[in-house]
Amino acid sequence: MGTPTGMDETVVSASGLRMRYGTFEAVRGIDLCVRRGEVLAFLGPNGAGKTTTVEVLEGYRHRTGGEVMVLGEDPARAGPSWRARIGVVLQESRPERDLTVAECLRLYAGYYPSPRGVAQTLALVGLDGQADAIAGRLSGGQRRRLDVALSLVGDPELLFLDEPTTGFDPSARRAAWDMIAGLRSLGVTVFLTTHFMDEAEHLADRVMVIADGRIVAEGAPGTIGGRQRAAAEIRFTLPSDTPVDRLPDPVRAALVDGDGGRLLLRAEQPLTLLGPLARWAEAAGHTLPDLEVRRPSLEDVYLALTSPDSGSPDSDPSDSGSSDSEPSDSGSPDSGSEVP
Amino acid sequence: MATATHSSPGEVARLALHQFPYDLRAFLRNPQSRFFTLALPVLFLVIFASVFGHNNTVKVSGGTIDTSVYYVPGIIALGIIGASFVNLVISVTAQRESGVLKRRRATPVPAAAVIAGRTLTAIVVTIAITAVLLVIGWAAYGAHVPARTAPALAVSVIVGAISFCCLGYALTSVIRNEDAAQPVTQAVMLPLYFISGVFIASSVLPHWLSDVGNVFPVRHLVAALLTAYNPHTRGAGFAGKDLLIVAAWGLAGLVIALRRFSWLPHDS
Repeated sequence: MGTPTGMDETVVSASGLRMRYGTFEAVRGIDLCVRRGEVLAFLGPNGAGKTTTVEVLEGYRHRTGGEVMVLGEDPARAGPSWRARIGVVLQESRPERDLTVAECLRLYAGYYPSPRGVAQTLALVGLDGQADAIAGRLSGGQRRRLDVALSLVGDPELLFLDEPTTGFDPSARRAAWDMIAGLRSLGVTVFLTTHFMDEAEHLADRVMVIADGRIVAEGAPGTIGGRQRAAAEIRFTLPSDTPVDRLPDPVRAALVDGDGGRLLLRAEQPLTLLGPLARWAEAAGHTLPDLEVRRPSLEDVYLALTSPDSGSPDSDPSDSGSSDSEPSDSGSPDSGSEVP
Repeated sequence: MATATHSSPGEVARLALHQFPYDLRAFLRNPQSRFFTLALPVLFLVIFASVFGHNNTVKVSGGTIDTSVYYVPGIIALGIIGASFVNLVISVTAQRESGVLKRRRATPVPAAAVIAGRTLTAIVVTIAITAVLLVIGWAAYGAHVPARTAPALAVSVIVGAISFCCLGYALTSVIRNEDAAQPVTQAVMLPLYFISGVFIASSVLPHWLSDVGNVFPVRHLVAALLTAYNPHTRGAGFAGKDLLIVAAWGLAGLVIALRRFSWLPHDS
């Protein structure tokens, strides 16, 4: 197990997946597909339907509509031999508090037909020094590592990680990323749920964004939402004695905002502006020390995709229909990017 | 290709035996479990026998016995219920609400193995506390179980332990959060201890109160244990009717538990 048989094999697929709780539809018909060996990041704000979707794929919840296949079986009907092939790290779970770390792993290893070795699993998550520590007394980060260790001890082909680094400090998050990146080399397919953009960017081959129960974007972290084509932003401050109209024409034409003395330009091809700007500044003797060029971050794209006024088909009508609200400002200076 | 949706009975038994030592270890490491399940019954026996046992006797079937001797089977019932019911309800509710059971659900382990493993722990602890109370009864109050009724006592302890485990799983399934587990079990059991002959001999209770106690399984467990423990008992000491009533309660609990058992925290 754990050896990839080819990147084209589909491990997880869903079509028209729906999940309704009473009158509230948390997941409104989503399609998704994960190939073997891939790390998929499933992004979305709280309440968007992330955990519901994952719990349907894990077999915890029974969908109210659509088709789902995970490792060739319907999770709602799959049995022990199917569960032996998946690993699950829940968003929230406390450890078996009165057992030691090694005992927890031995207990779980015993559930599986062909488990990974306990020592090897502990080394994989960097808990080899804590084998004899009581699980209930571990720190938050160590506890999360134990969660991951317990999900790996059965030597799964497919691993679900639901917000694995929430509550971590930056260095613990880095360590967790290294660990998750290491799983890839074991051939494990990873379905990662997160709301940290940097996490998705760092770890994922592919990103899917869910908002209001629908998939709103899908793609590689570098190109999702048209990110690679989206306009770059150029910012700088002119010396106080230099009026804006002294700037070369193409630069002035791209000017979007000039509040507070700091100018903002947008350009799909930033070099077409930077060239004239640099020649002009050199000639005029300005050094423009705060010049900044920035592409929209994955976070910008994500925020634009998931913001309530991003135009999802049946978003709350009061958002767009009320007469006393300001007309929607499409060129909002704070949004940082426009997604085509 | 569909794979097996159920584990074979042999596999369930193997996994239950795998689960059992871990549950037992977790029990022994937990100071609260140790105190309430192992120390408290001993404390109760010593206190009740010391306060009410001095030169007092209780009328039982076939004659009278020292009050201190009378308390031994009553407190054994309390010990059985503490290990099989109270401790089980509290620990299983906590495991469910904290996501421990939910995580196990993602593994191949079947529910029956998890339940049987935990039940085995309850039974082993029950046997241990029973043995301790019997030794104290013998050493401090000169009470001993006649060899001819020893099998009846053993059977009563086991029937009581299994039945109260089933009732424990049934109660767990209706408790919404782990903070409620302790108060709910105490609210259920404390009044029953008083009207079932555990703390006060049933022979001194008013009739109506005794009748109320007769409905519930605690009274019948005490009666079955007392029958086997009472030196005046003739024959093998099996209180068949009482054991049947205890087992019937256990069966009812099992039905509820099977219908309502949940791996997931209550609010999810």
